[in-house]
Amino acid sequence: MKPAPFDLVRPREIAAAVALLAAAGDGAKVMAGGQSFGPMLNLRLATPSLVVDISGIAALKTAREEPDAVVYGALVTHADVEDGRVPDAGAHLLKRVASGIAYRAVRNRGTMGGSLCHADPAADWVNALSALGAQVEIAGPSGRRWLALQEFLTGALSVALGEGDLLVAVRVPKVPASARFGYVKHCRKVGEFAHAVGALLVDPAAGTARALMGAIDAPPLVLADARDLFGGRIDADFAARFDAAAAAAALHEAGVIDPVDRHVHVEVLRRAVRQADGLFSPDTRSAA
Amino acid sequence: MDVTAPGEGVGARLPRKEDDRLMRGRGQYIADIRLPGMQDVAFVRSPLAHARIRAIHVPEDLKGRVFTAADLNGVKPIRAVSGLPGFKVSEQPALAADKVRQVGELIAVCVAPTRAEAEDMAARVELDLEELPALHDMLEAKKPGAALVHEHWGDNVFLETLVNVNIEAAFDAPVKVSRTISTARQCMAPIEGRGTVVHLDHRMDQLVVHTASQMPHIVRSGLAECLGLDEGQIRVISPDVGGGFGYKAILLAEEICLGWLARRLGTPVRWLEDRREHLTANANCREHHYEITLYAERDGTLRGIDCEASVDSGAYSAYPFSACLEAAQVASILPGPYDFPAYRCRTWSVATNKCPILPYRGVARTGVCFALEVALDALAAELGLTPEVVRFKNLVRPEQMPFDNITKKHFDSGDYPEVLTRALAVIDPDKVRARQIKGEPDGRRIGLGLSIYCEQGAHGTSVYSGWGIPMVPGHEQAGARLTPDGGLELRVGVHSHGQSLETTLAQVAHEILGIPVARTRVFYGDTAMTPYSTGSWGSRVMVMAGGAVATACTELSERIRRIGAHMLQADLAEVRFAAGRVIGPHGDVGVNEIAHTWYRRPQDLPTDVDGGGLEVISGYKPVRDSGTFSYAAHAVVVAVDPEIGEVEILDYVIVEDGGVLVNPMVVDGQIIGGLAQGIGTALYEEMRFDSSGQPLASTLADYLLPGAPEVPAPFIGHMETPSPYTRFGVKGIGEGGAIAPPAAIANAVNDALRPLGVEMLHSPVTPRRIVEKVLAARAARARRSAA
Repeated sequence: MKPAPFDLVRPREIAAAVALLAAAGDGAKVMAGGQSFGPMLNLRLATPSLVVDISGIAALKTAREEPDAVVYGALVTHADVEDGRVPDAGAHLLKRVASGIAYRAVRNRGTMGGSLCHADPAADWVNALSALGAQVEIAGPSGRRWLALQEFLTGALSVALGEGDLLVAVRVPKVPASARFGYVKHCRKVGEFAHAVGALLVDPAAGTARALMGAIDAPPLVLADARDLFGGRIDADFAARFDAAAAAAALHEAGVIDPVDRHVHVEVLRRAVRQADGLFSPDTRSAA
Repeated sequence: MDVTAPGEGVGARLPRKEDDRLMRGRGQYIADIRLPGMQDVAFVRSPLAHARIRAIHVPEDLKGRVFTAADLNGVKPIRAVSGLPGFKVSEQPALAADKVRQVGELIAVCVAPTRAEAEDMAARVELDLEELPALHDMLEAKKPGAALVHEHWGDNVFLETLVNVNIEAAFDAPVKVSRTISTARQCMAPIEGRGTVVHLDHRMDQLVVHTASQMPHIVRSGLAECLGLDEGQIRVISPDVGGGFGYKAILLAEEICLGWLARRLGTPVRWLEDRREHLTANANCREHHYEITLYAERDGTLRGIDCEASVDSGAYSAYPFSACLEAAQVASILPGPYDFPAYRCRTWSVATNKCPILPYRGVARTGVCFALEVALDALAAELGLTPEVVRFKNLVRPEQMPFDNITKKHFDSGDYPEVLTRALAVIDPDKVRARQIKGEPDGRRIGLGLSIYCEQGAHGTSVYSGWGIPMVPGHEQAGARLTPDGGLELRVGVHSHGQSLETTLAQVAHEILGIPVARTRVFYGDTAMTPYSTGSWGSRVMVMAGGAVATACTELSERIRRIGAHMLQADLAEVRFAAGRVIGPHGDVGVNEIAHTWYRRPQDLPTDVDGGGLEVISGYKPVRDSGTFSYAAHAVVVAVDPEIGEVEILDYVIVEDGGVLVNPMVVDGQIIGGLAQGIGTALYEEMRFDSSGQPLASTLADYLLPGAPEVPAPFIGHMETPSPYTRFGVKGIGEGGAIAPPAAIANAVNDALRPLGVEMLHSPVTPRRIVEKVLAARAARARRSAA
């Protein structure tokens, strides 16, 4: 389990990385924290001719707060989020997600941008940030552009990055104080990739809900307007009206044909709903 | 025997000496060995489970650095024959020549300065293979007309056995419960994989084989046979070994290849197994299938057990334990710790296109315990009795000990019902059942599970000679030598890869000689330095090597006493040895002075002094070699989520009796480690294969092992019923922790889910399997109520 031969470059600037990637074309791969890419190299599942190690680009390691969002550099690590070294888009919300990613050793090195580019359908950032309506910023040979995360994720392990493109930032909208976020995953053991993920961002005051069912061997199923899962409306009693059959039907339509899988995914979403609902009580507000 | 320095002898909870080295990262494993000019090896392995080799194309520029079977002149295949009647012999070539029979089988060996370069070379070797139908299901492989793993056999059965003790007498029992129960194929997973470094020692004219092995002497014999060398031409060194569990109790085709390579190239060569090789090519164990029927009275009294058991032995017979170790043992140990009058068991060791089955901690016992204990709970449910009532009805009672069971196993001692009584007292079934009835606010279901087993350990010549496998343990030997300054060196042929022998054998020696544990060194893992031994397996080392060390130290103490008597100018009859001193009528002299005198001032001793001196090699066998029987009761409480299938272990209680414990803390460690592996078997570990025989997990992301969060801290209670047959009354306990958990946990899950009409009969009990059964039971109920 040793990688096939490859060249390694370590640019210090985004522009240099983009230029290297554009010049190398198809045979180039980006390495950020290396927590997924490293094993793929060792297993020779990835055999690039050039590895562009972006971990020396300081500009990708920062985060900034905007009035209605937090923008995370692609190299912000899971541990940076977990430890509060970067602002949270919701009160402890991303911190809660980050602390459940794999193991601490992985969190120390694994990055938010790397995780999104790897696009494992079971990964936490892929699911949690889709549920929160995040966008990604891509730097490429023809400049920079923003893309909704849902459009960025084109398939299992597949994203909308062209030759020379580099994901540089992730913009996560701030969660309004009136909203709550339920996020539940089903794993057989601590640190394992999830077999099912359910998430719900719900704001009874605004009457809105956004639901997600993930780890379905494809990009997550996002219901941007999830009112149909709750009898057509969102109010304080939304959780009691959770419509499992509607969720199952959405999964079926999304291609989840195995009934046992569907059952588990709906159950996990039900728990995310219950969790979000529980967070409306005053003593659990801090976890929202 | 006097306990000369309380706190260091037999029974002391002494911290492990070896931890100072191991916990500081100073252990010396195969991968730590660096030799000048050492070359790395990568293998070309079969990508197919079953195929004829039409051609192997080695690129011209790689000739002389890549070798195939055609190059291996004079190398013989591995033959692990069993003497049991009807056993069919497989020949496992070091490198495959005309056929491959499992994914990962060795086809070519590539040598390069680094492993990465060797892998580059391996990737350039082209194989022309004609794919044959692959046997991935032992029940299919058993059927007439199945493709043949070894054509000349005519079928795919290594061995079929039958034990029948009056089974007909059970047929009129009022209650009959039948179940199909099975366990998954697993990969035992020591942290350190296998590894071998071989070089030539021209001074000694020896091939020096450094290899991570539990049995260096057995590996030497096997290597000599396969390479056509005298045993004296081979030295096997097994340094620190990062876990064995049976995975390193085997002669490797890789070792043979490296032995041949080192001689051919004249340079040191190294192979370090990677995790993909470990999972896909090498580490299969455990896969059993049972059709079991229990016959009983309405009060739970067993009238008889009838069973058909198949074990998937894989493609070849592994050396030295053979392909039938598991299945043939199933027939003899299925009765467990119970007493009943009628029994029949037919077993098959089935050849398939998978890697050879290897003996994993607990060996056949984990599967047997799972089958019998899960079936017993089904019987209890059928009768409306609690699981403990059915067990108390049938356990061998203390007043029956020693007891010869229905398959002639000789249970040496113990109080089986008592461990169950004590385990129940801790787990508190009344409280658990009250909580169960009350229900959980989160919708989970509580279950209580029990299992109990007895484990034959340290069984010797009389047991293994009947098997006729390449290895039969006889007397175990140990060497004991006083150093000139009064320290002690022990030499043993067993290995310590987690057993803590550097501490515990020093404790045994201390019990006899009174020499501080800190001044005692234990040498092991080197055929040049240690007496012959079959090595560390079968929960035997403390009984056998411990007994041998005690015997050698006792002889040494007599030598010490004789020299001491000279020094004290006293009659031998007047002096005694105690607390590390020889005590005479008018004074005493310590071991240090005696050693100094023997080695450094022989002029002070009379000319007729015994020339044997202060070094002894002596041998030991227990009074009976039919084995010690340790035993334990496990009791576990789980919470099961029926909607998503998650199982949480809430409480785990173990009460065991391993006879006299040399170091109870070490025993606790063995039990906890075994429990972790048992939890793996119960809930996580499974190597699946697709219909073409491809293993479906090649990393630890796919092959799930329990981690620290999945292993609860158990309650451990000890009983100490001495074995009447062994030195100090010790019993083998190394494997027990891994035997009972799968049955106990499955029984707990079944206790939780039985009201839903769900029963789990296959390990591991995964969330997917639970949800499938819950939904199926729900659908069946809905159909019934509709009808």
